[in-house]
Amino acid sequence: MRYESPATVKDAVALLAKEKGKAFVLAGGTDLLVKMKAGMLEPDLVVDIKRIKGMRDIRKSASGFSIGAGTPCAALGESAALVKAWPGVVEAASLIGSKQVQGRCTMAGNLCNASPAADSVPALVAAGAKVVIAGPKGKRKIAVEDVPSGVGRTVLKKGEFIESVELPKKDTRGGDAYLRFIPRTEMDIAVVSAGVNLTLDAKGVITKARVSLGAVAPTVLLVGDAAKAIIGTKLDDDAKKKLAAACSAACKPIDDKRGTVEFRTEVAGVLARRAAEIAYARAGGK
Amino acid sequence: MSAVLVSTTINGDTVEFACQPDETLLDVLRNRLGLTGAKEGCGTGDCGACSVIIDGRLVCSCLVLGAEMDGKALETIEGMAEGEKLHPLQRQFIDHAALQCGICTPGFLIAAQALLRKNPDPNEEEIRFGLAGNLCRCTGYDKIVRAVQAAAKEMRGA
Repeated sequence: MRYESPATVKDAVALLAKEKGKAFVLAGGTDLLVKMKAGMLEPDLVVDIKRIKGMRDIRKSASGFSIGAGTPCAALGESAALVKAWPGVVEAASLIGSKQVQGRCTMAGNLCNASPAADSVPALVAAGAKVVIAGPKGKRKIAVEDVPSGVGRTVLKKGEFIESVELPKKDTRGGDAYLRFIPRTEMDIAVVSAGVNLTLDAKGVITKARVSLGAVAPTVLLVGDAAKAIIGTKLDDDAKKKLAAACSAACKPIDDKRGTVEFRTEVAGVLARRAAEIAYARAGGK
Repeated sequence: MSAVLVSTTINGDTVEFACQPDETLLDVLRNRLGLTGAKEGCGTGDCGACSVIIDGRLVCSCLVLGAEMDGKALETIEGMAEGEKLHPLQRQFIDHAALQCGICTPGFLIAAQALLRKNPDPNEEEIRFGLAGNLCRCTGYDKIVRAVQAAAKEMRGA
């Protein structure tokens, strides 16, 4: 195995593109190194992207936030502006692993690992986040929900890697939230999770909504019917019931040691409802 | 595989080493540099026995490549005491009998140090969450929490 730590995006793309063997990107390494040790992956080349300028920065602009792909999740909670704008995203990313894992793990890595139970992904999908992908043909920007193509698989092609995660500017009366169910209080993987992002008008009526679910299908789900169920309402009890029903209807979960199909289907609705209540309050709704 | 040459700072001292590209920082510390305070428990980032601080961030050294360390500032348990003078955390762990076999102890001390730098006056819940990435199979954790509370109080001069 070779280890390279290029200084530019161009050099990183060139290294990844020309490698004839198996090449992997190293950001936080909290999935990559575990898989290497388990013998699941045997890289010929590891490209550490963290020496590239800006790769560990959180940049705020008029259009939102650009978060470098090497930014550890621990740094997200230290950005007061990011916490204020996207508390749900920060809370979701802060649920991954321990403090030690937080010091290394990244949202871009969480996304590329493509686990159905990735905590930061439903929150990013709800927020309408995009990723900038660098590759041999230049850069492209795609929605977070379009990155995973299956369990452990992504749409990234040879030579490509995620350079940054882009969060939009928060709406004036907007709010987001993320909740997951685990049988413990910390250090666990989501059995079911839900992310909700809402925008209200001056009267507290929901004008825009994005509802996402994790760990109930091979990839994260963006549930359009759940959003439709609450748009035009003030998140009254009837709307919440319809939201929960739409979420449960969208679930295609598996039975495993963490939970059954029935449990996941039921809890997806409950979590979406509770996350919507938090998001509604954060958006200024009463 | 050709070796990677790395120049880094460990507990304030400049250290240069050569390691294999797939060698973890934990293996470099233990097998090449003789710094055996960080322990290998799980080797997969679950137990925290190999905790170190890199550029101010608490991490598991088993999930870091030695090759990544060039130009970084690393803190390990070996740098915690000042000569013979123990750090308040180390002394309070002894006074509270917050260890039995001792394998997890260096990791707990480093994690507690990282916690207290960010939050000098944590409540019990904050301590338990702050140390959730460290596993101990002997103490039952209560003595560890009390030792950290006592050290925090001492360090605040309260």
